[in-house]
Amino acid sequence: MSEYRLRLYVVGQTPRAERAIANLRELCEKEFDGRSYEVEVIDVLENPQIAEKEKILATPMLVMFLPPPMRRVIGDLSDSEKVLLGLGLRPSPPRES
Amino acid sequence: MANITSITKLPSHIPGFDHVADGGLPLGRTTLVCGSAGSAKTILAAQFLAEGIRHGGESGVFVTFEESAEDVRVNMSGFGWDIAAWEAQGLWAFVDASPDPAYETVIVGDYDLGALLARIEHAVSQVGAHRLSMDSLGAIFTQFTDSATVRREMFRIATALKRLGLTALLTAERTAEYGEIARYGVEEFVADNVIILRNVLEGEKRRRTLEILKFRGTPHHKGEYPFAILNGEGMVVIPLSAIELKQRSSNVRITSGSIDMDAMCGGGFFRDSIILVSGATGTGKTLMATEFMAGGAKLDERCLLFAFEESREQLFRNATGWGVDYERMEQEGKLKVVCAYPETDGLEDHLIRMKRIIESYAPQRVAVDSLSALERVSGPRGFREFVIGLTSFIKHQEVAGLFTATTPNLLGGESATEAHISTITDLIILLRYVEMYGEMRRGITVLKMRGSRHDKDIREFTIDAHGMHIGKPFREVTGILAGSPRHASGGEIEVIRHLFSNE
Repeated sequence: MSEYRLRLYVVGQTPRAERAIANLRELCEKEFDGRSYEVEVIDVLENPQIAEKEKILATPMLVMFLPPPMRRVIGDLSDSEKVLLGLGLRPSPPRES
Repeated sequence: MANITSITKLPSHIPGFDHVADGGLPLGRTTLVCGSAGSAKTILAAQFLAEGIRHGGESGVFVTFEESAEDVRVNMSGFGWDIAAWEAQGLWAFVDASPDPAYETVIVGDYDLGALLARIEHAVSQVGAHRLSMDSLGAIFTQFTDSATVRREMFRIATALKRLGLTALLTAERTAEYGEIARYGVEEFVADNVIILRNVLEGEKRRRTLEILKFRGTPHHKGEYPFAILNGEGMVVIPLSAIELKQRSSNVRITSGSIDMDAMCGGGFFRDSIILVSGATGTGKTLMATEFMAGGAKLDERCLLFAFEESREQLFRNATGWGVDYERMEQEGKLKVVCAYPETDGLEDHLIRMKRIIESYAPQRVAVDSLSALERVSGPRGFREFVIGLTSFIKHQEVAGLFTATTPNLLGGESATEAHISTITDLIILLRYVEMYGEMRRGITVLKMRGSRHDKDIREFTIDAHGMHIGKPFREVTGILAGSPRHASGGEIEVIRHLFSNE
């Protein structure tokens, strides 16, 4: 079983979708190098019922199922540090009070 | 051929609404519904779909941003809408875009709401929707804090709805009852048609109104219209001033129930007239209503009495005291007595209920005793609308309506009811106490009667076990109506008579 399982939701083949897919590929290669991971890309236009079931509104949306807890990140994933932070793969910075 | 650029309307089938909207909602367009918290936006949004299904089998899609689909199903079941059953029949589909507290979602970078649009399009094609409701926009602005993006995306969705040919309702929050149209400037992207729902506190009473602010390129009635939310039905709009004055006027006379009164009116009341009986407490208003009912029943007419001051038992006992047998009249199907306490409901609810009873019982004459009792459950504006709504409805049925109004002062004076109703009445009868030589007597006069000669005297009347007996005019007394009777000497009367003798 893969150590990391991710799913990316996009709508159609828009520049934003292409950008998100490219950014995700780059991120995985760098971050999960040498470890097992699984990435699935779902086009909502082709599978609207999955989007309905998962209550997806905004795209691109990246969902990380493994490792738990499940995390969701919205955006074109251009800032990889922010994405990793959102996925909980980086320790969160100390909170300002 | 019809002009293809003209806007046609889709009847919403929401009771009363289509009258105010002059036919319904603009077909194939999106209408924005704005209202503060608790102004019944969600009910209107759901009812729009429910009435489409119930009346024309038109299916609909409900996009919910705030409540979950399950909450909407449960909350709307009280109105008799079985949404789950409609879903099973493929007539209703939800797009549940309510926030899911189970997930923490972080926004990193550029995004759009393409998935939402894809889901809406999917749901629309799945049920073959004609109608769509989105409730409510504010919630999506709180889910996604980037207002500029959300606004851009909602504009995209609104454009898509138009392309799909859907007639849609979009609800949005307002912060104040009278102020900016909606929060987040949502009216900017669906500015063609705007409806405002209000829930205003007026004299400690809540008053709901609906206003069509604009329908671009198509007519509608202007101003605020009261509406009620009824169990098992939903929203019912009361199209008051939109009521057309189309009633025919009839010359047929009917009896007032009293031969003397008929004589004073030149042969009885007109069949489709509104009669106001005004007087202080105890002057004989309920008696006049009773005679009016008895007079109708004697001629085999169906009579309907709405009583807001006395209980059934009291009314029946009073009637017996005047020689009228209400019980037998009811048994013979000639009378229906409806007793209610004014405080049990808002005036809108009373009005709708009274209309329903009139419609189902189809009486030939209606009496309301007393109208002024209803005055205390509403502000002056609401009361005025109620009176106009009720009287015009009764007129529309072409039946006679007799209303009683209690004046606040024992002697003379005028009630607020009179002020509201006097211009729409066809006949006004005043009952007054008259103090003469240390004795209280009763006086009656016909103040106004449209389209007929009438007796202009102020006559004395007495009440006994057979009812009302109208006698001779008061002579040598002036100032009865003003409440300050003064005895005029013979000489003075002669002088006054001379004044008017050359007419």
